[in-house]
Amino acid sequence: MSQLDEPMTMSTANLPSASPAAGKPVGHQGKLKAIDLNFYYGAYQALHGITLEVPANRITALIGPSGCGKSTFLRTLNRISETIRNTRVEGQVLLDDEDVANVDVTALRRRVGMVFQKSNPFPKSIFDNVAYGLKVNGFRGALKDAVEHSLKRAALWEEVKDKLHKSAYALSGGQQQRLCIARALAVDPEVLLLDEPCSALDPIATAKIEDLLFTLKDQCTIVIVTHNMQQAARVADRTGFFLLGKLIEYNTTEVIFKNPTRQETEDYITGRFG
Amino acid sequence: MTLRNRWRKTLSYIMLSLTGVCAVVAVSILFLILGTLVYNGWRALDWNFFTKLPKPPGETGGGLANAIVGSLEIVFLATLMGLPVGFMAGVYLSEFGGKTFAFLVRYMADLLNGVPSIVIGIFVWTVVVTRYHFSAVAGAVALALILIPITARSTEQFMSSVPQTLREGALALGASKWKSIATVVVPAAYRGIATGMILGVARISGETAPLMFTSLNNEFWGGGLTQPTASLPYVIFLRATSAYDDWHRQAWAAGLVLLVGVLFANIAARLILSRGIAVQK
Repeated sequence: MSQLDEPMTMSTANLPSASPAAGKPVGHQGKLKAIDLNFYYGAYQALHGITLEVPANRITALIGPSGCGKSTFLRTLNRISETIRNTRVEGQVLLDDEDVANVDVTALRRRVGMVFQKSNPFPKSIFDNVAYGLKVNGFRGALKDAVEHSLKRAALWEEVKDKLHKSAYALSGGQQQRLCIARALAVDPEVLLLDEPCSALDPIATAKIEDLLFTLKDQCTIVIVTHNMQQAARVADRTGFFLLGKLIEYNTTEVIFKNPTRQETEDYITGRFG
Repeated sequence: MTLRNRWRKTLSYIMLSLTGVCAVVAVSILFLILGTLVYNGWRALDWNFFTKLPKPPGETGGGLANAIVGSLEIVFLATLMGLPVGFMAGVYLSEFGGKTFAFLVRYMADLLNGVPSIVIGIFVWTVVVTRYHFSAVAGAVALALILIPITARSTEQFMSSVPQTLREGALALGASKWKSIATVVVPAAYRGIATGMILGVARISGETAPLMFTSLNNEFWGGGLTQPTASLPYVIFLRATSAYDDWHRQAWAAGLVLLVGVLFANIAARLILSRGIAVQK
């Protein structure tokens, strides 16, 4: 990416990152930790010294204006960022206190699942979509039961149980996104990353997915990137605000929305920019 | 209506008619060729044509069974050699290629695509025929060299059109890169890939020049893949340039058989592709 392609032109010099103390969760053990994380697309630095701790079995939301680096940050957590050429990471991401750079990447991604902004079912049947992750990870067991279980966890079973062998593309947008969640859940990930999962969905489909997130957090740790502040306020236990590649503020959702300590956060929350 | 307006309308009408006439000419050429082939060749097209060997010059009757089977042999062998190499090269270009090396390979493939087929024939003659002798295998090597860049480029094109989000979806589930390509990207692009392959095979089935220097001809059943072997395109050339009316008719008939075969392959390819790329847009 050349300098000209930089999505933002504002100066970041006067925006210090959140103090490390602000990144500490209260009460719950940190499942994922980013420590002084920098990320570069070529010469362009997209993330500046992100330090953040994601508590286990909680929903953590990352908010911020377009191009602020929240998606880029999410993508470093399961190292899917590596699929883009000419990128570079500095700093550490720890999963259960183990540096993800040292974990076998396929094993890491099995443990840290991901749901993308645009639903991306494979050109296969509904059943094969959900079974895909199990098959590539050498699952030995009753595939049928596992698929049914995952579809039930994603609250999609009742709608698709009679057409499991139809193409996934026959489903509506909201159903496709829940199928992608079911597909990610099938390999039983410890962490689920969601990158603006509802941005293409109507309010009803969005509500279904948000309900789903509540039921899932007993079993896994959830990190959701959203540009919808109401969504963050509704679902998240903790919220981080990104701006220009920096983590400006990270705290419980209540504090972020009702009593933010930083002016930029308040400006964004109240819609004064972004 | 002013004079100027009338002139503009007339000009528009003339240009529209001109393009229409050219369009009709373009599509009618195929029918003219087909018609000529049928008119001149249908009398030679009988059961014997497909089942009998050629008769000596001067005698009427006989067929070109050896050339039909020979063509099938050579094209089949060329497909066995060319398609896997072309396909894998296409996969590499689309999925693994770095910037510089992929650019080079792509550029070379395009150049190879543009090499006149007679030059490929001479090249294979030098490399294969002068060391062994004229054979079906040598002909197949020449055709495979033509098939490889075609397949590589079309495979690359259709695989590149598969959205990146599908690759990421597979990788995010813990699939290795190769696994994600084999189980998601290739299946998503298979219709386009298959279409490109069929068109490539159809293209080499009609090549004549590379076979002149490689598989040569055989008026009898060949003695296997390592012997000179008859093929339809080359037999058309030989029959058409001969002095016998009966042979001329056979050349027309052979042309008809070849053209119909290639047409069917093309139609099949279009049908496969018209069902759409398996990826949702």
